[in-house]
Amino acid sequence: MNHLEVYLIIGAILFSLGLFAVITRRNAIAVLMGIELILNSANLNFVAFAKYSSVNLDGHVFAIFVIIMAAAEVAVALAIVLNIYNNLNTINVDDASTLRG
Amino acid sequence: MSRSLTHSVFALLFTFFGVAGLYVFLSADFLAGVQLLIYVGGILVLLLFGLMLTNRITTVKISQGRVNRFVGGLASLGIFLIIGYVMLTSHWNVVNKPPAEDTIEAIGTALMTNWLLPFEVASLLLLAALMGAAMMARRGDMGGESE
Repeated sequence: MNHLEVYLIIGAILFSLGLFAVITRRNAIAVLMGIELILNSANLNFVAFAKYSSVNLDGHVFAIFVIIMAAAEVAVALAIVLNIYNNLNTINVDDASTLRG
Repeated sequence: MSRSLTHSVFALLFTFFGVAGLYVFLSADFLAGVQLLIYVGGILVLLLFGLMLTNRITTVKISQGRVNRFVGGLASLGIFLIIGYVMLTSHWNVVNKPPAEDTIEAIGTALMTNWLLPFEVASLLLLAALMGAAMMARRGDMGGESE
C-alpha cells in the first residue's frame, strides 16, 4: 500500500460518512453538511491524484472549481431552507413535500 | 453524528481542518489556504447562521432524529467496501515527482490560460447564485409585488 491509496481510503471514508448523513438525517442543514463531506472527499481524491500521477496541476484547478460550486450551492440551499422555514415552520426535508405529486 | 446539530457543525469544523492538513501533506499549499478560507470561514459560518436562524427552541422543535438507519448504514458501508476494494486492487500508475515548491503561480497561470472559460463560467455561477440567494432570502415579497 503506497501513499496514494492511503489518501484514497480516507476519501472513501469521508464519502461514506457523508452519504450516511445524507441518507439518515432529516434535518435539511444536516443533509447539507453531509453534502459538504462528499464534496471534500472528491477534492481530496483530485489533489491526491494530482500529486501522484503524471499530470501536473489540473487536479488542483478542478478542486478549486469544486470549492466554488460548493460555496454557491450552500448559499442557495440555505436561502431555500430559510424560505421553507418561514413558510412551513419546519426544516424537516420529509415534511416539505408540497411539490410532491 | 451527535444528537446536537451544533456539535455536528463543530465536528465538521475539525474535519475541514483535517482535510486542510492533508492538502498540506499533498504539497497543495494554495488549496489548503483556500480550504481554510472558504470552508471554515465561509461555508461553516453560513451553516451555523442557518442553524441558528431556524433553531428557535420555543417555536419549533428542531428535528435531529435519524431515519433509515439500517438501510443507510448498509448502503454507505456497501459503497465504502466497493470503493475500497477497487482502490486497493487497481494498479495505479504512481509517479514519484519531486514536491512542488510553490503552486500558486502555476495555478494562476493555468487558470488564465487552459482553464479561462471555466473560470469565467464559475464567476458567472457565483454571481447568479449570490443574487438568487439574496432574492430568495428576503422576507415577504416573494412575488415581487405582494409587499
